[in-house]
Amino acid sequence: MRRIGDAPGVKRLLIGAALILSALFLLLPLVAIFAQAFSQGVATFWVNVSNYFTLHAIGLTLVIALLTIPICLVFGVALAWLVTRFSFPGRRILQTLIDIPFAVSPVVAGLIYLLLYGRNGWIGSWLDGHDIQLMFAWPGILMVTVFVTCPFVARELIPLMQAQGSREEEAAATLGAKGWATFWRVTLPNIRWALLYGIILTNARAVGEFGAVSVVSGAIRGQTNTLPLHLEQLYQDYNAVGAFACAALLALIALLTLAAKASLEWRASRREALL
Amino acid sequence: MPIAIYIVYRFKKELAMTLPLFFRRSLLAITLGASIASPAMAQEREMLNSSYDIARELFSAVNPEFIAWWQEQNGEEISVNQSHGGSSAQARAILQGLRADVVTFNQVTDVQVLADAGLVNEDWQSALDNNASPYYSTTAFLVRKDNPKGIENWDDLVKEDVQVVFPNPKTSGNARYTYLAAWGFADKEFDGDEEQVQDFMRTFLGNVAVFDTGGRGATTSFIERGIGDVLISFESEVNNIRQEYGSDDYEVIVPPMSVLAEFPVAVVTENAERNGNTDLAQGYLEYLYTEDAQRLLANFNYRVHNETVVEEFSDQFPETELFSVEDVFGSWDEVMETHFEGGALLDQLQRR
Amino acid sequence: MNQRALRLTGSTRVLPGFGLSMGISVLFISLVLVLPITGLFGQLAELSLAQYWSIITEGRVVASYMVTMGAAAVAALINAVFGLLLAWVLVRYEFPGKRLLDALMDLPFALPTAVAGITLATLYASSGWMGRLLEPLGLQVAYTWVGIALAMAFTSIPFVVRTVQPVLEDLPAEVDEAAMSLGATDWVAFRRVIMPHLWPALVTGTGLAFVRSLGEFGAIIFIAGNMPYETEITALMIFVKLQEYDYAGASAVASVVLFVSLALLLAINIWQGRFVRRLHGGKG
Repeated sequence: MRRIGDAPGVKRLLIGAALILSALFLLLPLVAIFAQAFSQGVATFWVNVSNYFTLHAIGLTLVIALLTIPICLVFGVALAWLVTRFSFPGRRILQTLIDIPFAVSPVVAGLIYLLLYGRNGWIGSWLDGHDIQLMFAWPGILMVTVFVTCPFVARELIPLMQAQGSREEEAAATLGAKGWATFWRVTLPNIRWALLYGIILTNARAVGEFGAVSVVSGAIRGQTNTLPLHLEQLYQDYNAVGAFACAALLALIALLTLAAKASLEWRASRREALL
Repeated sequence: MPIAIYIVYRFKKELAMTLPLFFRRSLLAITLGASIASPAMAQEREMLNSSYDIARELFSAVNPEFIAWWQEQNGEEISVNQSHGGSSAQARAILQGLRADVVTFNQVTDVQVLADAGLVNEDWQSALDNNASPYYSTTAFLVRKDNPKGIENWDDLVKEDVQVVFPNPKTSGNARYTYLAAWGFADKEFDGDEEQVQDFMRTFLGNVAVFDTGGRGATTSFIERGIGDVLISFESEVNNIRQEYGSDDYEVIVPPMSVLAEFPVAVVTENAERNGNTDLAQGYLEYLYTEDAQRLLANFNYRVHNETVVEEFSDQFPETELFSVEDVFGSWDEVMETHFEGGALLDQLQRR
Repeated sequence: MNQRALRLTGSTRVLPGFGLSMGISVLFISLVLVLPITGLFGQLAELSLAQYWSIITEGRVVASYMVTMGAAAVAALINAVFGLLLAWVLVRYEFPGKRLLDALMDLPFALPTAVAGITLATLYASSGWMGRLLEPLGLQVAYTWVGIALAMAFTSIPFVVRTVQPVLEDLPAEVDEAAMSLGATDWVAFRRVIMPHLWPALVTGTGLAFVRSLGEFGAIIFIAGNMPYETEITALMIFVKLQEYDYAGASAVASVVLFVSLALLLAINIWQGRFVRRLHGGKG
């Protein structure tokens, strides 16, 4: 059966437009970054990347992203389930509240955490008295990263779960399926792509976040410097090649995430084909 | 993927070196629920220097020398950590709990903020020589090859066909010095006639081609985008830029009269005491005044006070008449209030 | 009355997990989102109403709202069209380079915004690859309003693509097969059959892109030129106030952006709820 937009002419036109526009708009900046990173040869690139402080920044950035994803995942799924499967007063407000991170400039996001948990903040001063430091250490970086990225999973799930409606789950529940079984067997297979996109976006944003992290990190080299902060310092200090080497690494992390997603998709489609 | 595998293979030694240290700290922190600031597991004392954003390489060079010096003096092995950012963002972090032992800033006001909050001793400016500024600089011009617009002094910058590049004085301390230097020049030129000074400043600000938020952005605009005829920044900075981007393509002009830009340093007393680093912090700042350190600083194009070193580098720093901000404008507090705060003179001069 | 209608009126709850999901959501939202925001209002409390008003209506700040809103609106519209096209192409067609194209979508998020800004400024300055092509045509991008819109569009494109994509993927083949079998042209079938399913996601994505653009700082300052009254964005005004240690002033301007954004998002959420109900109501 023919589907919409399957006519060869339409198809070619749309693919062509998408490719050309993306090439100009997205690929060109990527090429420019790699061109800058390797502008003084591969050797210089490796010198910049293999530096102890760069490696430490990469490690910290990845650990923060790895810790952020599960937190955002649990929250996102819980919230999406709540607002799309139940009706209760305040539902819209709750749904809008999760957009706060988008509505707040990242620097302001960092600042509000600092004002609360910093030395003069009302929670921070208590913590300071007990010699616990959240800000200017990795917990602070994790906290603002979670703040900045927490809406993504929920935001991906809500439109989809709303569009799907809850008939399938209700049918399963009526037939006597237990809560978790319904979720694992019925809901999860239906939302897995949106969930995956949510994770990808969360990861991308967690890895690349600069504004909020710069406020709470303290940017101590070899301790609390994330890759984006390290990049900024290199750039400020006239090591543009080193800065772009870090940028290339960040782009690479995004591409690797996508490669992981592609292999998941491939495996899933193979399993379906086998069944 | 192959690249990632290559990274792991090629740098397995470095990775092995980096990650355990990192994870050791993280694990401990996780078990305690938070990162404990006191370096309980460190065998050696660590101190933290919080500094401005373009000083990364400078202090990367200074720190090993200081560590060796301290070892020689006291027989103790120590390590020095660095944190860099915009000077006022750095001060903000310390106010909110970043436990830096010393600050080495490029803005007097940002140290004063810490003193006002009681983190730095009230008499910090007299605690060390030369207003606690171990090195200094001034505001100078970087022009294109052969100086086609013939820019030699501040009044060349208000000519109609001259385009000027320097960052926004609202966001950059460096640019505040530029503004004050131009004002100081005009003040002398017009013998203090406020109206003429303001006209001069209005034209000067009108000639600005692009207002980047920081010195680095302005440099990029001038060098890589080819915007403007003259870049204004610290003398140290324009010399570094010229060395970085080709001595043949650019020239440094130090105007006959300009402003004295101090680079204040101070011990963050409260933090240093808490970290048990008071002697170390004090020693670090005193080290900056030693001949060796001063020579290092001069190599980074900063002007210094040590006479032997001044003699050695006399070719590098042309003589010029430097006025201090305090002499012309009163205190920094007054400067901020009358010139830079919201609705003050800078805003009025830029209004259209 | 079917199950759905019953559920929407709240008279029965067939599905489990209300307590658990409510607990997690409320706890998380309170601790991570609402509690820190109170810090912002704590700062505002230091200002009198008159002071607050004079800060947020200061001439230069108002000019920055205009610049930011205008550029963000243009960027969001561009993204709505471009993002829909990309999502469609990525879901519906197979072609060489599809994986790479898919991967490129997330690039704007993974790059720290400052890198995006520096790179875009390099490309679109008169000496850059794009600038050299565009400038002879009389289109100056860098250091103008166009550059601001461009940087905003770049940083927010993933919102539209990644919101529309899962919904489109989820659309069963029967939907358009049915439409096509009725003999409608592609365009009519797309508008009548596909678009109603996409509207909620597309509007949400575009709205999020717009809101994200309002707060963006790093990507824009390098390409904006930052001339007073002409190309200064609101985020720069906030940044300036922070530099002056004026937390209250910064919070005041930030609160304006916050209110505008939240109002817009709330409107979208309400509209979306009505729209989805109508869509399903039509079916039931």
